[in-house]
Amino acid sequence: MGGRGRLHLGFLFFFLPVALWLLLLIVLPHLELLRLSFTSSRPGGFTLGNYMAFFSEPIYWLTFVRTALYSILVTFLVMAIALPVAFYITKVARVRAGGLLMALILVPFWVSELIRVYGWIILLRESGVINRLFTALGLFSQPVELLYNDVAMILGLVYTSMLFMVVPIVGVMDALDDALIEAAYDLGASKTAIWRTIIIPHCMPGMVSGGIIVFMLALGSYLTPNLMGGKNSLWFTEQIYNQIILYFNWNQGAAFGFLLLLLSSLIIWIALRITGQNLGEVVK
Amino acid sequence: MKRSVFVLFVIAVLTVASVACAAPANPVLRVITWSGYAPQELLDKFTAETGYKVEITLSNNEEMISKLRATRGGGFDLAQPSQDRISSVVEQYGIYQPIDYARINEDQIDPSLLAAVKKNTLVDGKSYAVPHIYGTEGLVINKAKAPDVKDFKDLLDPKYAGRVSYRMKRPTLIGMGFSLGYDPFSLYGKPEEYQKFLDEMEKVLIAGKPSVKTYWDNGDQLLQLLRSGEVWAASAWEQAGWKLHGENPDIDYIAPASGALAWVDTFAIPARSENLEGAYAYINFMLRPENAAFFTNRETYGTASKDAVNFLDPEIKANFTRGLPPEVLAKINWYPTVPAGIEEMEGRTLDKVKAAR
Repeated sequence: MGGRGRLHLGFLFFFLPVALWLLLLIVLPHLELLRLSFTSSRPGGFTLGNYMAFFSEPIYWLTFVRTALYSILVTFLVMAIALPVAFYITKVARVRAGGLLMALILVPFWVSELIRVYGWIILLRESGVINRLFTALGLFSQPVELLYNDVAMILGLVYTSMLFMVVPIVGVMDALDDALIEAAYDLGASKTAIWRTIIIPHCMPGMVSGGIIVFMLALGSYLTPNLMGGKNSLWFTEQIYNQIILYFNWNQGAAFGFLLLLLSSLIIWIALRITGQNLGEVVK
Repeated sequence: MKRSVFVLFVIAVLTVASVACAAPANPVLRVITWSGYAPQELLDKFTAETGYKVEITLSNNEEMISKLRATRGGGFDLAQPSQDRISSVVEQYGIYQPIDYARINEDQIDPSLLAAVKKNTLVDGKSYAVPHIYGTEGLVINKAKAPDVKDFKDLLDPKYAGRVSYRMKRPTLIGMGFSLGYDPFSLYGKPEEYQKFLDEMEKVLIAGKPSVKTYWDNGDQLLQLLRSGEVWAASAWEQAGWKLHGENPDIDYIAPASGALAWVDTFAIPARSENLEGAYAYINFMLRPENAAFFTNRETYGTASKDAVNFLDPEIKANFTRGLPPEVLAKINWYPTVPAGIEEMEGRTLDKVKAAR
């Protein structure tokens, strides 16, 4: 057997586990879900009913629209906070302080999302830390419920996804030559002009890749909306969970899952189009 | 050539090794059950007595069914579903096997509960479960602050706006129905009428939504809400009420005027159980009066073990006489088996209520 044959077998040896992993654990289950999504929950053959249910029942598509809009809002909020933070870390703080600041952003992510959300619950609840403090200081005459509303939910989502925006932006901002900013100052550009024409265009790939991650995280989040949003928080992922786990309607749940995949991909495609980025560039 | 043979040999060895690992090494009993149903002390005693090591997986009804459905009844040797969640999943997915009652020590079990469970889990002339633990869903109220809450419908009272909480799950639909004069269980067989009933409940619950603090989702959350005084009245289990009663005598469990809802959790054997011997031994062990009483003293759930009452602590006994005296037990609405399709209908209603503004 020649050299080429050996290479081929060696390649096969390393490739096979990966291929089997992908095929058995990812491709096959998805094909089964795809099949389920096109069959009726009651014994029966092929149907589009599970997909039609999404469009014909307003609560389902309204929940999706709400989830998508809130996820977009979260993405922009995170971006607005992450840009100055990343700028401070890379350009203003000294090298060692920058490392320390990065570590401070990373530390909360060493504990699980559940613990972080419970932390917020302890702070915000009616008998929680903030209410105690503010009533003791006389700012509130009586405790106010800060939890179980959309603002609390957005706050939680922004907090839990901050890291995934800061890291890519820090990455691209590091490569930005300070001389460009200094030159702009020398030529009398205003701060807004510098941000608008130098920093943001340069950071665009980082912002878009961070944006995609944050958007997907918010859209796929289950814990935070459920625990912090309270009675009004119905999130699309919760609909999928409910269909599969509570109502045993795997067919409907599978259809919702694929719709989530398709519609979120569509939103990202549109966002890439609008910002003029392409996926290959962004994920590099 | 040599190398390719070697590669094939490695693959073969790996395959054989992974197959060998899958075979059970020692007698283990894999139980999927609810949190608290298998206290470590009892497990140690069971292992000492029978030699079986017990592996516990904590779960709930819905997850139990979903997991067993995914493995077609494998992966566990014994499960503890509620009695109303057995016959329909046996018919649809075949995930449990019939119980051989000759291997159960029936003398230990309360005869009326055993008969009820056998009847409710009957499929093609065979029954699929043994009763273990029962409990009720009623109201937990703070008597100092919400003295007028007597029934599920009082949770809609605007007087208590922002101070009530309930679960956005099926018991709320059914309890609310009973307290508003419906008999939801009798409508199970008639889907159109049940849908009408659900539409009615949807209106009621959406109208009552501004009064709700939040829909509670897990036991800890409920305890926190009541303990902190943020919530004064909630639909809840008697255990939550009794636990809080110990901390604050104003808070207690009451059975609603229209009757508490009650469930029975059972032992059922998955279709592909690999340790039948151990499963039956475990059932008989857990229903032995002193073991059942140990559990009830710790977790305060009622047990199907007939003579366990002789081993109960006085304060636990007092809870049962205060909260669930015979006249309350006589009025209980026991959950019947849920026919296929009903949960889908209920699910849509629950989603609509939760999504409403």
